[in-house]
Amino acid sequence: MSDQNYVPSSKLGKWFNDRLPLLSLSAHLREYPTPKNLNYWWTFGGILTFCLIAQIVTGVVLAMHYVAHADLAFDSVEHIMRDVNYGWLIRYVHANGASMFFLAVYIHIFRALYYGSYKSPREVIWIIGMIIYLLMMMTAFMGYVLPWGQMSFWGATVITSLFSAIPLFGESITNWLWGGFAVDNPTLTRFFSLHYLLPFLILGLVILHIWALHVPGNNNPVGIDLKKPSKDTVPFHPYIVIKDLFALLLFLIVFAFFVFYAPNILGHSDNYIEANPMVTPAHIVPEWYLLPFYAILRSVPDKLLGVVAMFASIFILVILPWLDTSKVRSAIFRPLYKQFYWILVVDVILLGYMGAMPAEGTYLLIARVATAYYFLHFLIILPILGKKEKTLPVPLSITEPVLGGAPNPEIVKRKEIYH
Amino acid sequence: MKNFIKLISIIFLSVVFFGQKAFTEESKKLLSTDWSFKGYFGKFDRASLQRGYQVYTEVCASCHSMKYLSYRNLAEEGGPEFSEEEAKAIAANFEVIDGPNDDGEMFTRPAKLSDKFVSPYKNDKEAIASNGGAYPPDMSVLVKARSGGADYVYSLLLGYEDPPAGVTLDDGVYYNSYMYGNNIKMPNPLSEGLIEYNDGTIATEEQMAKDVVTFLAWSAEPHLEARHKIGFKAIIYLIILTILAYLSMKRLWSRIEPKV
Repeated sequence: MSDQNYVPSSKLGKWFNDRLPLLSLSAHLREYPTPKNLNYWWTFGGILTFCLIAQIVTGVVLAMHYVAHADLAFDSVEHIMRDVNYGWLIRYVHANGASMFFLAVYIHIFRALYYGSYKSPREVIWIIGMIIYLLMMMTAFMGYVLPWGQMSFWGATVITSLFSAIPLFGESITNWLWGGFAVDNPTLTRFFSLHYLLPFLILGLVILHIWALHVPGNNNPVGIDLKKPSKDTVPFHPYIVIKDLFALLLFLIVFAFFVFYAPNILGHSDNYIEANPMVTPAHIVPEWYLLPFYAILRSVPDKLLGVVAMFASIFILVILPWLDTSKVRSAIFRPLYKQFYWILVVDVILLGYMGAMPAEGTYLLIARVATAYYFLHFLIILPILGKKEKTLPVPLSITEPVLGGAPNPEIVKRKEIYH
Repeated sequence: MKNFIKLISIIFLSVVFFGQKAFTEESKKLLSTDWSFKGYFGKFDRASLQRGYQVYTEVCASCHSMKYLSYRNLAEEGGPEFSEEEAKAIAANFEVIDGPNDDGEMFTRPAKLSDKFVSPYKNDKEAIASNGGAYPPDMSVLVKARSGGADYVYSLLLGYEDPPAGVTLDDGVYYNSYMYGNNIKMPNPLSEGLIEYNDGTIATEEQMAKDVVTFLAWSAEPHLEARHKIGFKAIIYLIILTILAYLSMKRLWSRIEPKV
């Protein structure tokens, strides 16, 4: 890589860089050769980095005014909303920021699924990503508990009670998590502590995620290996920086719309009622981004197996690089995979919808079919598809679509490669 | 780019759709009125807020607390905007327990601007005991704590009916077509001419319901006007910045050959 030859122009710079090569790192980040055919789906990495930093900054400020105590938490959130200067803005950015973060991460994950970004040699990037995703869900769940509203309290009760399904030790584990015999003040304080800690673990993993990315370099819509640097690549700065910035700004417009004009639409109205252990809400619903997993959990009649299925649905993604046996990365050259991909997208959205509905009758039946299909997709369809599917010819480089002969009609048809 | 926009809008719409669909199981369509605070430029109607405060204090406040409001809020920008003298006079009508003083005694004094709204009951238990076993909820964030928001509270206030044939009600229970389960322990609080508005507006049930719900909407979201105002500026700013970023991007990428 070119940056290894980097020599700072000033004497001081050289002196410093020999001792701590931060300037070399910065040069590497600027010159990092990036495929020039990346489409807008690739901008979500940058958007996610922004989301994480925005959550940390607003979260640190909120923690200055928030009181982690069962008797005071709800009041302190109202204090933030009413009396802290721009407290309402900071809290709404933080609360809606969580939703925006998940919206972006789902797009990022489904982009990787479509273009086969998890395949060799990028398995480690993918696995780190999945750990980040898991930590994000834990962080978001604990954050939702902190305002100590009705949904906070009862959501915490439902989710922590899942651990009681573990044979033998279930009850002791649940009591250990709660710090008592029910969700109460000790639960709130530890959730607050962990909610503050986990984002920094995520930040560390994000750095590893990017580091692991910079070893093989980006995948791209065509899914082929590129010579770097070459005619197929551009330096990260300024070409990708400006494109990421443009996409981030578009994303921020949507974000701002939620914050300023519909700040509570993604939340549940019951969470503006202070937690009351004596009154159970009519429906206990998690935040929208956890709904597909909630649907999987509830579609299994046995409590323990339900919990197992829910965790399996995430774990199965971790081993995805070995479940998908196809050597071709991009769905563009996999006509059958492409169709199954879209069925999976619909399946997951359907699961999300069922997660918000009461678990009974037709809803439950649909949730069960969708759950079964989810596992079928990863465990049966993908391994077989990789062996049976007739893939289309893959080009050798981005600039020369197909080896010799005419350009691949599929590529010409699909403008996305060129744009 | 086209697919990108398509999928973004699908996700966006489905989130919005699910968000509403999943949590509103209201079988009966809620009543609504021309709320001045809805929409991108929505503002509270000051006169309505001031009348709403009058309804709250003369009708609701005998049972419902508003513990997150202070008397100073009544004079703050974006609220009912009583003058400071008016707000001080309002506060002085209430007595608060303060102390201990230098002798170690608690004492009562008239409320000041910095005091929170005085609650009608000493504690929740007393509130429940005085209301036939039902807790009159604190109304500070009530509008945000009910699905349907302002429309729901408005409908509830106007939703008292005689029970349909075949429905018998226990003592102290009333029939309300918008209440969950139709049974409510609060008697119909509003009746024509119940109060005499200071500004001479005729106190019909609809008028009082509209005014008090406007007041409650403000108390649930006291910075709503600032939010709408800043939001508009922020989004305009973002749109301009986005256009500039787009033009810079086009310019920079025009150097890249061959075009991809």
